[in-house]
Amino acid sequence: MDYKDYYKIMGIEKNATQSEIKSAYRKLARKYHPDVSKETDAEIRFKEVGEAYEALKDPEKRAAYDQLGANWKAGQDFHPPPDWDAGFEFSGGGYTGGDASAYSDFFESLFGRGFGSAQHGQQHRSHSARGEDHHAKVMIDLEDAYLGASRSITLQSPELDNNGHIINKQRTLNVKIPKGVKEGQRIRLSGQGSAGMGGATAGDLYLEIAFNAHSIYKVDGHDVYLDLPITPWEAALGAKVKVPTPNGSVDLTIAAGTSSGKKLRLKGRGIPGKTPGDFYVITQITLPPADNDAAKELYRKMEQELPYNPRSKLGV
Amino acid sequence: MQEIILNGILLDEETELSLNELCCAVSSSAEWIIELVEEGVLEPVEAKMFRLQQTQWRFSVNSLQRAHTAISLQRDLGINIAGVALALDLLEEIEKLESRLARFEINEKS
Repeated sequence: MDYKDYYKIMGIEKNATQSEIKSAYRKLARKYHPDVSKETDAEIRFKEVGEAYEALKDPEKRAAYDQLGANWKAGQDFHPPPDWDAGFEFSGGGYTGGDASAYSDFFESLFGRGFGSAQHGQQHRSHSARGEDHHAKVMIDLEDAYLGASRSITLQSPELDNNGHIINKQRTLNVKIPKGVKEGQRIRLSGQGSAGMGGATAGDLYLEIAFNAHSIYKVDGHDVYLDLPITPWEAALGAKVKVPTPNGSVDLTIAAGTSSGKKLRLKGRGIPGKTPGDFYVITQITLPPADNDAAKELYRKMEQELPYNPRSKLGV
Repeated sequence: MQEIILNGILLDEETELSLNELCCAVSSSAEWIIELVEEGVLEPVEAKMFRLQQTQWRFSVNSLQRAHTAISLQRDLGINIAGVALALDLLEEIEKLESRLARFEINEKS
């Protein structure tokens, strides 16, 4: 188990006051909140900060943590010394709140005991018997939204064992991803949430769909965008070119005189559905390199035979 | 390993949730959802037009997303309902702008 430097995680000095700890926590929690932050490791950082705050906000826990000594370095292999907490009486009886399963083994080894007693009686008023609903995210590729797919997902859910201790149970589900799903949509799996109490129905599992970033396509709702490079002669003279789409390539006619950045619509070739999305091609004229004498000669010839000032509207 | 493939229900634009279903989905009380409606964070479908009773309320799937974010913002950051409402509106605005920006960045990268 790795030692965790809670002061370093929160970016504060060891002698910080309780109010400094609180404001450091508030700032970091806002910065890394998974619903707010766009940083990729936001959720991990948010949990880390929450754990550090959980340990430091309570003067008793903080004093016990401080007593471990300053010689530990973050990441060092850690075992709590025997009787390390002698003389401390944790009035809260372990965790005081939050999502206990998110805390590290390190935290658990220090403050974990008595957890069961602290969590009892934390039920929700309106539906005390029905099992709780769970939420998870599932990453799919854009192609899966076009064709449908099945995904195997592994979920960790904390459960109480017979002694009231929390244990992380792993289970794997194979889930069908229906054709036509869009980013941010949810799939509801009835009865796959927590088991109900006293024979009541189990909760549901909600899977939120998110797309992996695609190397060539961009997605907006049910529309899909592609940047399409074309040559100057295709743009000037018009041409029929092959365009890739997530469900196969199609022929696209480029009109003569097409400029760079022009948006061409392939109706109904976006993500399928009752009202399918559209597929947009954005033209991009790319120049053949002038990296040999023959190519340079051709460009010079164009300069002489095609007098053209693209900046005439700029008055120069 | 079991090879059963689970078939869920896709919650699309046409799916609507009752007040009770929404409460269960975000593990919160009906009172709290009603407070979010009063603050304008959530809007039951056509409720104003037909002056619907709370038991007749139907919520769009977008409400599920908003209620979910609202609950975690309030719990994790200690924001009050008015603050949650503001944060949600700003987050949605940012999301819209970012998806527009992403479309323009297509043109820039090469």
